[in-house]
Amino acid sequence: MQNKILSLVESTSLRSDPLNFEIGDTVDVHQRILEGDKERIQIFNGVVIARSGAGTRETFTVRRIVAGEGVERKFPIHSPKVAQVVVKRSGRVRRAKLFYLRDRVGKATKLIERQTKTDK
Amino acid sequence: MPKGLLGRKVGMTQIHDESGKVMPVTVIELGPCVVMKVCEPGKEGYSAVQLGFADKPRRLASRAERGQCVSLGGRREKARQAAGVATVAKPECEPKRFVREFRTEGEDVSYTVGQVLTVDEFQSIPRVDVIGVSKGRGFTGAMKRHNFSGLCASHGVKKVHRSMGSTGQRQDPGRVFKGQKMPGHFGNERVTVRHLKVVKVDVENNLLLVWGGVPGPNGGYVMVRETNCY
Repeated sequence: MQNKILSLVESTSLRSDPLNFEIGDTVDVHQRILEGDKERIQIFNGVVIARSGAGTRETFTVRRIVAGEGVERKFPIHSPKVAQVVVKRSGRVRRAKLFYLRDRVGKATKLIERQTKTDK
Repeated sequence: MPKGLLGRKVGMTQIHDESGKVMPVTVIELGPCVVMKVCEPGKEGYSAVQLGFADKPRRLASRAERGQCVSLGGRREKARQAAGVATVAKPECEPKRFVREFRTEGEDVSYTVGQVLTVDEFQSIPRVDVIGVSKGRGFTGAMKRHNFSGLCASHGVKKVHRSMGSTGQRQDPGRVFKGQKMPGHFGNERVTVRHLKVVKVDVENNLLLVWGGVPGPNGGYVMVRETNCY
């Protein structure tokens, strides 16, 4: 269990709007980029394959295929630089870490879409 | 403003600043500290303030420690009072686990015994020094203790890959020079880390957040003072 005082200190750095996504979801990560003194939003689209860490150090990994090459990016969940995460599609998965997707190519990387109750 | 305060290292974590930058910080539970004694040049020969931090159960404190905090009403004390000898001021507090002195030379602030100092005093201080006792590592080799490189992994080296190698020359001088870095006891010694940036002062919870690491284990006692190297 984490120290109470440390959690108290970290609580000020946690984001007030929790990100709602699950492992296997295809998401758009909206990231704030500072160019000179102008701020713009950059979007990174891909499949969430892992979530790790706890407290302010918690991160999630998004994987996508760019020009036939696998690209993975890790985002700190509580960073103010991550503006929002939009879920585009939910995948049906049976584990918490989808590292097996790294060994797959082409069509095999696609996840079966999860059927939620509202869809039926 | 006192030169320092006593506290306990809570641990390290990360927090974000407004721009989203991650800051590695050490959380120190700093104070409240009680002034146990005020040293004066006329009496002790130097000016300092003795602070106490964290209560200690009375059954664990010696009679001397308890007697420094409150008047125990002993026979000799009563006799002294009867003889009209001036009594020493007591802080009227519980015995303290961690008691240290801070020199107050050249300060024009006066302290009274029993006064309570909090982390509030660090509001205007940008940089601090943190003094603690480093983690004890026991008897360690030269590689860990002095960052030696060790010997080769191959090229005929057998069983001595982490050895320190040569300790000196030949018949002239025919001895090992004093101060030669060798294996030995490492850690568990007083270490000062200077010029740490103060990230945040939380008066409500008696917390001080400094940038970077401080010596000692989590839960270890530390002294924090205003830095003297700007």
